[in-house]
Amino acid sequence: MRGVLSFLLRRVVSALGTLLLSSVLVFLAVQALPGDVATQVLGRDATPDAVAALRDRMGLDQPAWERYADWITGALHGDFGTSLVTAEPVGGEVSQYLGNSALIAVVTVLFAVTGSLVLGVVAGLHRDRWPDHLISTVALIGMSVPEFVVATVLVLVFSVTVPVLPAVVLYGPGAGTGQLLPAVWLPAASLAVVMAAYIVRMARTSVIDVMASEYVTTARLKGLSTWRVVTRHALPSALLPTLHVIALNVAWLVGGVAVVENVFNYPGIGKLMLSSVQNRDLPVIQAIALISAVVYVVCNLAADLGAMALNPKLRTRGGRIR
Amino acid sequence: MSSVRTPAGAAPAAVPPAPVRSGFAARAWRTVRSSRPAAIGLAIVAVHAVVALLAPLLTPYHPTVGDASHALLGPGADHWAGTDAYGRDVLARVLYGGRYALGVSVAGTVLTVALGTVLGCAAALRGGWLDDVLMRVLDAVLSIPSILALLVIVTALGTGPAVIVLAVAVVYVPQVVRVVRGAALAVVPADYVTAARARGERTWSILRREVLPNITDVVCVEFAMRASWVVLLISSLSFLGFGADPPTPDWGLMVSENRTAITVVPMASLAPILALATLVVGLNLAADGLSKAWGVDRIREGS
Repeated sequence: MRGVLSFLLRRVVSALGTLLLSSVLVFLAVQALPGDVATQVLGRDATPDAVAALRDRMGLDQPAWERYADWITGALHGDFGTSLVTAEPVGGEVSQYLGNSALIAVVTVLFAVTGSLVLGVVAGLHRDRWPDHLISTVALIGMSVPEFVVATVLVLVFSVTVPVLPAVVLYGPGAGTGQLLPAVWLPAASLAVVMAAYIVRMARTSVIDVMASEYVTTARLKGLSTWRVVTRHALPSALLPTLHVIALNVAWLVGGVAVVENVFNYPGIGKLMLSSVQNRDLPVIQAIALISAVVYVVCNLAADLGAMALNPKLRTRGGRIR
Repeated sequence: MSSVRTPAGAAPAAVPPAPVRSGFAARAWRTVRSSRPAAIGLAIVAVHAVVALLAPLLTPYHPTVGDASHALLGPGADHWAGTDAYGRDVLARVLYGGRYALGVSVAGTVLTVALGTVLGCAAALRGGWLDDVLMRVLDAVLSIPSILALLVIVTALGTGPAVIVLAVAVVYVPQVVRVVRGAALAVVPADYVTAARARGERTWSILRREVLPNITDVVCVEFAMRASWVVLLISSLSFLGFGADPPTPDWGLMVSENRTAITVVPMASLAPILALATLVVGLNLAADGLSKAWGVDRIREGS
């Protein structure tokens, strides 16, 4: 038990260290963006006096490390500064967009995980027969096309040929869940196809490994039905590596969301990310990057802990992972 | 490498057994011959490379100059894949588009894998603080969404191909380092590495003579797999308007240009999609085939 606790503690401390380092990287990278922020806010015709006054007010004349310290203490208190474009507090703006994206992310993960686990198990159980070939081929194609291609094809099918779902969202970021819900399905499906392609392959290999293992042979010899063997042995062990893939995919998901949301004009974090880079809205870029890093680190931590909880081998050894 | 052919008429038994070539190239050739997915995948990629190189010979049209009076045509005898909104031949743009996609992707992947291999081996060999610091920094880079990192780099430095190659390296080097470091860690405890250390070889020479030859298979699979990701990433970047500058013929850019007219000329969007998908399928097949033949667990290490 003490082993588990010290492992937990070490993982959390190292996660915090990673986060601190990412925040420095984010800050430095954003500082490297060209153009003077004060000039950007006031426009090109601003008088030098006005620019100097604004620079002073925004603290742009302070050394970089001082601005970093200000930013990070603010961020820890939930204050990410004000947007240079809308003059609204960044925290509120980002969380509004983030909420909309979370809607897509939840639907995507639900679809991708359930769908791909089922397909992966089917493929693994029918190894080298036609269901396996079919599923593996579709998965290969799924991981070989970018998200915008899947999105474009889905629009062609479900919005143009059979117009049942909207191709573009006409609502702003403040729209309610009810208004956004019809627009969630196509973006989520586009992402789920790509994400599922990876998980299917993962689940298939795990199932093949497990089904060839001695304890499954024992279970079969005991007279357990295939269904029981799959639900008791194959699925749990297929779930384990899948967890890890999902955690690793969170960083990818943010990127995929950026592309897909722009295809559908969906008011989520990806769209905000792109427009804030275009508008050089530095506080917003920093906030998105930092929040994404937090989500990534937390998901990885959760996946590690989940793996520990699910895997009896790791548990008894006092939780040595990796 | 198949067995050396005996001259006609000579009794095979009379010929002394040909020495089996054990070089890397020979091994790779044997693998490609024995693994159908790898062979098909590499063939697809080769076709793409040849088409991109020979594009001017394959089409009479110019990829960036259009004829406005022939805009938005469907596929026909003159324009096999139709024309886009500016009257440019879609097929010509697809054929030339391979140049940008392959050129930038190959350069980006070579840089990424080379850097990642050197850093990964160094971390595994040296260990200690170098390993700790490097892995911590790479963890931090990994936690930042790659598309955001790319957007910031491209916005800061411009959208030239060189910048995109650099940006790709920044985004993907951490993952390559992780994989290569893992593979190298399995080699480092081996007796021949200890022996090399004992006779006083320098780190660099151990890396080159003892470690690298033993992880070539991992690096090659990594290269094929990373290349497929890089192609996808670069096309997404172009699609978002941060990659290739118009009017460069590029597949991602073409999809974003022609998407609005998809009901009028679907072929203008589908042709670049098809080109992109076949290239990446080829790369993925090659990566799958090689990893299976060499016993490199691609699925576990990647994604």
